[in-house]
Amino acid sequence: MNINATLIGQSITFFVFVWFCMKYIWPPIMNALHERKQQIADGLAAGERGRHELELATKRATSDMHDAKLKAGEIVAQAEKRATQVIEEAKQAARIEADRILVSAQASVDQEVVRAREALRSHVAELAVAGAERILRREVDAKVHADLLTAIQNEL
Amino acid sequence: MATETLTSSEYIRHHLQNLTWGRLPDGGFGIAQNAEQAHAMGFWAINLDTMFMSLLLGVVFLGLFRSVAGSMTAGIPGGVQNFVEWIVEFIDSSVRGSFSGRNPMVAPLALTIFVWIFLMNLMDLLPVDWVPHIAKALGVPFFRVVPSTDPNGTFGMSISVFLIVVFFSIKVKGLGGFLGELAFHPFGKIGLPANLFLEGVNLIAKPVSLALRLFGNMYAGEMIFILIALMFGGGYGLAAFGGALQWAWAVFHVLIITLQAFIFMTLTIVYMDMAHHVEDH
Repeated sequence: MNINATLIGQSITFFVFVWFCMKYIWPPIMNALHERKQQIADGLAAGERGRHELELATKRATSDMHDAKLKAGEIVAQAEKRATQVIEEAKQAARIEADRILVSAQASVDQEVVRAREALRSHVAELAVAGAERILRREVDAKVHADLLTAIQNEL
Repeated sequence: MATETLTSSEYIRHHLQNLTWGRLPDGGFGIAQNAEQAHAMGFWAINLDTMFMSLLLGVVFLGLFRSVAGSMTAGIPGGVQNFVEWIVEFIDSSVRGSFSGRNPMVAPLALTIFVWIFLMNLMDLLPVDWVPHIAKALGVPFFRVVPSTDPNGTFGMSISVFLIVVFFSIKVKGLGGFLGELAFHPFGKIGLPANLFLEGVNLIAKPVSLALRLFGNMYAGEMIFILIALMFGGGYGLAAFGGALQWAWAVFHVLIITLQAFIFMTLTIVYMDMAHHVEDH
């Protein structure tokens, strides 16, 4: 256990090691550590930003949904109003059409009645004449009684 | 165990003998065969085992950290990178906690000191006879595995730290500021001799206490391991007891080696902080 030149050797070794460590070991490791720290900080900030954006988006979505619901309600109400209106209009048109058809039917019926009456009238006259002819063939001259027959015919 | 042919004191002496290379009494160069020869070599001799182990451990440390630093990614770290980052961040927070100045050298200095001393101390946990036996098989007569049990090793580091501290003191405060702090500090101009004495002692105590604290702790720890190892030659009962003791002491020693590395590092950071701190008078 003597103090000898090992002392100097050890000192030189020590200086070389410290120099090497300072030059080639400490800086790259510290740089990488700082870089990672920065990355983590950036990541956390990005996460925070993302959460904030999500919050905003959720809020916007809720308000959009609310608006859409309101609009949809409006549209439905409008549609319902329009539907009743259409139905009313259709009813109105149908009623008018029915009246028209009724009137025309009435007219044609009246016409038919008149026509039938005319026909009937002529038939009745003929029948009556025919009947009377048969009855009176022997005793009544058609020409003689023509005035009477015409009078009856007019009464019908 | 080695006690088969050696007496206990020879065994211990053998374990405390460095592999010293220098000028032998006969004039040639070679390895000292005993403590007297090593002592006779004087200052210009070198402890090959201390140098070899500290270089080897330093290269292991720098190699591991350099390989991680080379493939360092800011992404998800792998196992080794995680481990290295853990140590680096521990050092970084220690430096941030104790050092208030600006100096890119302090943190790498602290990292080197901590890991290197820790690895040196860790060699103390190898069973005391393993490496000397391997060395003997390879034809090397002595081999002390733990460089921090050699005062040359610890003083080499503490004197280097001291030189760095003085260098930065002068760089930051100027030569006048540095000498002024030595001459006028506690008592002002009137008490100049007392100041010089107190501050001088204070200054010299730094490297001495750094080196002796580490050396004393590690030397004592190694000594206890050696004494426990002596029990292995004393029959089955004593050997079993020795085994249990060795285990217990090793567990306790894990704490000591880490603590000693940490203390050396922390004191270095504190001294560096003092070197950068300009005191107001």
